[in-house]
Amino acid sequence: MDAIKPKAVDKGVTELPIAGASSLTLRIENLAASRGLRMLFAGLSFAVSGGETLELRGPNGSGKSTLLRILAGLTRQHAGSVTFSGSQVHPEDGVAIHYLGHLDAVKPTETAGQQALFWARFFGRKDEAAWKALERVGLTSRIDVPGRGLSAGQKRRLALARLLIEPRPVWLLDEPTAALDMQGRAEMDLIVTEHVAAGGLVVAAMHGQGFPNARTLDVSALAPAAA
Amino acid sequence: MSGSVSTFFRELRLAWSGGGGPALPVGFFGVASSLTPFAVSPDAATLHLVGPGVMLIALALSSLLPMERLFQADLEDGTLDAYAGSGVSLEGIAGAKMLAHWIATGLPLAVIAPVIWILLLGDPGLSGLVILVSAITAAGFFFIGSIGAALAAGVRRGGLLIALVALPLYIPLMIFGAATLNSAVVGNDWGPPLMLTAAAALFGAAISPFASAMALRAAID
Amino acid sequence: MDALSAFSNPHKFMAVSKPFAWGFTGLGIVIVIWGVYQGLYVAPPDYQQGDAAKIMFVHVPSSWLALFIYVFMAGASFISFVWRSPLADICAKSCAPIGAAFTFLCLITGSIWGKPMWGTWWEWTDPRIVSVLIMFFFYLGYMAIWNVMETQQKAARAAAILCLVGAINLPIIHYSVNWWNSLHQVSSFMNDKSTTTSEYKWPMYITFSLGYLALFGGLTLLNMRAEVYKRRAEMLMQRKMVFG
Repeated sequence: MDAIKPKAVDKGVTELPIAGASSLTLRIENLAASRGLRMLFAGLSFAVSGGETLELRGPNGSGKSTLLRILAGLTRQHAGSVTFSGSQVHPEDGVAIHYLGHLDAVKPTETAGQQALFWARFFGRKDEAAWKALERVGLTSRIDVPGRGLSAGQKRRLALARLLIEPRPVWLLDEPTAALDMQGRAEMDLIVTEHVAAGGLVVAAMHGQGFPNARTLDVSALAPAAA
Repeated sequence: MSGSVSTFFRELRLAWSGGGGPALPVGFFGVASSLTPFAVSPDAATLHLVGPGVMLIALALSSLLPMERLFQADLEDGTLDAYAGSGVSLEGIAGAKMLAHWIATGLPLAVIAPVIWILLLGDPGLSGLVILVSAITAAGFFFIGSIGAALAAGVRRGGLLIALVALPLYIPLMIFGAATLNSAVVGNDWGPPLMLTAAAALFGAAISPFASAMALRAAID
Repeated sequence: MDALSAFSNPHKFMAVSKPFAWGFTGLGIVIVIWGVYQGLYVAPPDYQQGDAAKIMFVHVPSSWLALFIYVFMAGASFISFVWRSPLADICAKSCAPIGAAFTFLCLITGSIWGKPMWGTWWEWTDPRIVSVLIMFFFYLGYMAIWNVMETQQKAARAAAILCLVGAINLPIIHYSVNWWNSLHQVSSFMNDKSTTTSEYKWPMYITFSLGYLALFGGLTLLNMRAEVYKRRAEMLMQRKMVFG
């Protein structure tokens, strides 16, 4: 199959300010979550607005990933409510979110270019969005490399590219910088900062160094005490 | 709608590129059917009697082969999470995957079916009908099998569970498909049983995306 | 005590069910034993089929119960699915082995009756026999899901979906077997199952049905209680692992 040749891309702002983002709010009330028979946390309440970054902290197994999955609508909470409000929120469909989990959703047999192109078409975007995103995450030189030929850090970047192909206000990131080297981490910081500056709302589970200007929430502090 | 459509094309490409495409199910189809003369009898009269049914059984078993990977791979690499969180309907995505796999594997099986038919001493003049019946029953097998695949997603060695769940549900397709072929062999009107076969397959196609999506949501929970 | 205990530790149910669980089981055993005594010793042999026909007394009610329990399971699965009730999950899980046992009993007793009557241990062209066999496979698949899945929550969801899919398909399968049956000429007497003219027929059917029903109720409750105890034990073990 011929190598996909990207058209010339222009350098510039990756996304325009999200309209009405300042009114976007995520409100959690009395949230409780369980994994199997174990209660992870209970009585969690907080609010995050558009333009803010919230970091979830806590040791492995404290429920950071589960909380993100609940926010993404993938896992059912045990109790409590999750409410998105604001002009960005559609009355029926809710708000558009991007969920970046532990796993990269990278197929071994498809090339980076093919996968980016797939996601562009999946979201109903033009092909240019795929090339721009790949350039932004620094994978232009890897466009023709199949997934199995990418390093762990490159797969992570490809996963991140999916978020850039389709602008959505809410980003839910589970250890986004895992497997990234220092340069990768700096670029990720920049991407997240730009998204937040444009009005996006980011909730991220983190280990180690966090994002600038982020609030932190220690999920393990809400674990139920031994009975 | 672009979500399901693009998933369909991607699945088509993935089904062909991964593990040799339809080669394995087609090979299995041939080998399994070929056991018949050894197990039953090589004589023409007997093969005319059992051939159609055995061919359909082998087709059903061959359809089960790709089922285990249908949703398992996506669950394991996080693609299912990405689909589920994207806002595109999971029913549409599940339906797109089933359709793509039927085209990538089911149709090749249907095209090979006349060869198997002739090997089992069937009348070559019926080849067209054989392809048609095989294609329709394969569609039913793929769609209904997907329900089993979705239920067994994430289960170690779920292939056996898929078979246990799907094979009883295959019975109407088996009955009507075999009746169509047997009627044609004997010279009766194969129209009504063919209609019933198509109805059974359509019923499977109608409920499967919904049942599978429910099972997938439970699997990622 | 965290809220999760409501899921694995339904207190009210446990408090209320104990007498019923043992009571129904005991009642069922008594009724079935009495029915067997009545059937074997009190009822006269059928003038046409002899003593063999009496196995119908056991067979016909077991077929009713096999179907009834499946419908009951489908109802519990529906409730579990729509209202996410853990008690409904446990109920459905607990019914299944009992339903499977009655289905198996139905198949075995039907086979024993069939040998002297039809000359064969099995008859594919009887749609009722085939439907019961299929239902048996459904029960097996359902129980397999509970055993194979990673967590009980995932198993509950998948099992509920399977039960409902099976319920929708069972009439279709029955119809297709009926249709298939019409293609194959079948001698009329083969379709005539309960030819016994014994005046004890209906009282026996009712007796065994009530006995089976009581057994079903009692054993299901016992199973449910055992399941709750199991979950309590698992929770205690998990707590120990986390908190030491």
